[in-house]
Amino acid sequence: MSSGPPEGWQRLHPLSPVVRGGRATTAIFVVLVLILFGGDSLTREWPQFVFVALIVVASVVSWLVTRWRIEDDDLRIETGLLRRQSLRFPLAQVQAIDVVRPGLARMFRVAELRLRMAGSSGATARLAYVAEHEVEPLRDELLALARGARHDETPPESDTEPAPVQAEEHVLATVGTGQLVASILLENWWLVVVFAGLLVGFAVSPHTVSRALSGAGFVWALSMVTFIWRRFNQQYRLTVAEGPDGLHLRGGLVALTAEVIRPGRVQAVRLVEPLLWRPLGWCRLEVDIAGRQRRKGEGQAQRGQLHTLVPVGTRSLGMELVDRLLPDRPRELSRPPRRVFWKSPFRYRALSWGRSETCVATTSGRLRRVTCWVPLEKVQSLRQVQGPVQRRLRLASIHVDTAGRSGHATLRDRDASEASRALGDLTDLARAARRRPALT
Amino acid sequence: MPALLAAVALAVVGAVTGSAVAYGFALAALVGGAIFWRFVSRRYGSWGYAEREDDLLVRRGVMFARLSVVPYGRMQFIDVTAGPLERAFGLATVRLHTAAAATDARIPGLEREEAARLRDSLAELGEAQAAGL
Repeated sequence: MSSGPPEGWQRLHPLSPVVRGGRATTAIFVVLVLILFGGDSLTREWPQFVFVALIVVASVVSWLVTRWRIEDDDLRIETGLLRRQSLRFPLAQVQAIDVVRPGLARMFRVAELRLRMAGSSGATARLAYVAEHEVEPLRDELLALARGARHDETPPESDTEPAPVQAEEHVLATVGTGQLVASILLENWWLVVVFAGLLVGFAVSPHTVSRALSGAGFVWALSMVTFIWRRFNQQYRLTVAEGPDGLHLRGGLVALTAEVIRPGRVQAVRLVEPLLWRPLGWCRLEVDIAGRQRRKGEGQAQRGQLHTLVPVGTRSLGMELVDRLLPDRPRELSRPPRRVFWKSPFRYRALSWGRSETCVATTSGRLRRVTCWVPLEKVQSLRQVQGPVQRRLRLASIHVDTAGRSGHATLRDRDASEASRALGDLTDLARAARRRPALT
Repeated sequence: MPALLAAVALAVVGAVTGSAVAYGFALAALVGGAIFWRFVSRRYGSWGYAEREDDLLVRRGVMFARLSVVPYGRMQFIDVTAGPLERAFGLATVRLHTAAAATDARIPGLEREEAARLRDSLAELGEAQAAGL
């Protein structure tokens, strides 16, 4: 399938400077209103006028000089007035495509398209913003091109022409609002305790509490509230569906996001069970894709977080999805030797690992139980590490490194001879898995 | 080596001034130097690498013994660095990077020719076996 005409340069949506300004736009609006209706004489307020005019001119110029087009197998974006940038994104290396619609963008019926590329430099192709009705076809076209462009690394499939995408979508899971709220509160139970304590304290002696909350305490509380809000906003009504071009994720309360994760791009799958979820049999399913870029506005607290497939769901649902992603996952996990108890008495009971021909699985975490699966074809390197205590107890750990965000899975505290055997086995299996053409 | 020099210098000072303190320091420098020497030699002995058919093995560490396996096909790029001290002794450090940030395959203290040879052969092997993400 050939792309558009060679001189098919396109601009972004004319409203993009407005939306991209986001809060600045709101501020400008407020300032303008104040100026116009404030009653003050305009002569006194002219610096604000100049300021506003400068921002408007700058954003309009930045919109004017930005253009993009699809060239064969690349997406090309040109931008910048003084420092002209020409960016070329090979579609074959696209890991996932997101459609993001913040609140303001939804008001103006536009959406942002983000192409996540592989590589640690964290390049993300952003088209902000495109008209809402154009986004879906454009995404499908890019995905189709990306699939076509993959022919050089995988044997050609029989159905090369892009299939109609929306029709074959098959919904796997969706999250209820009540369950989501409960799960967030239960996972951050200590926060709830702190806030409850603050409330009680406020009732008893308002003065002390407000003193404690001023300054650093207030900043902390605010950041925690935004953290929880962002989480809720992102995961509200998150739906996972399976389409021919990968996994579709849709959700969001104010900012709507829709992502497509291409098949065979999953570096690792993680099943997380926080302490208070376990009595309810809930779990969270996350996948890891290549590239360590952080999303805009993501703070320290979210750095370790991966792409959430199912924010909260029953364990059986989670395992069902894992089976879908990794059909050949290891069924039996083996426990570490008993003497590990002396090294990590709390973690001991949670540790285990297992492997199949194509996949490694590890579990760890005493309070927050984490099960991690890594397909062997994605293994970047293997490391065996033995610390002083481990040497005493004849133990060793093996780290399985992947290109994802969280980095690796760890086979912790295995018998030393078993570990070196596992290192050899995994090296061989990973080599075999790399040579095999991609399955999924 | 610096410890030995210091010990000798202190001993000379002690002989000249006849102060017992300087002799004491000389002894301390000798003992400290010996311990340090032992640490360094063990550490040096722990370094090692092996070029295998499909991957590179890198071993290091005394307290924390590490053994890394890096498949040639996974290498993204190879760094050869030489700090001022390394340059003075004609040495260089070869470092391998994969797409995973956690990979730490570093081979320090190679002769410069050996480092260049290793870099070239690794690059060649990496190209031959390169695999996509």
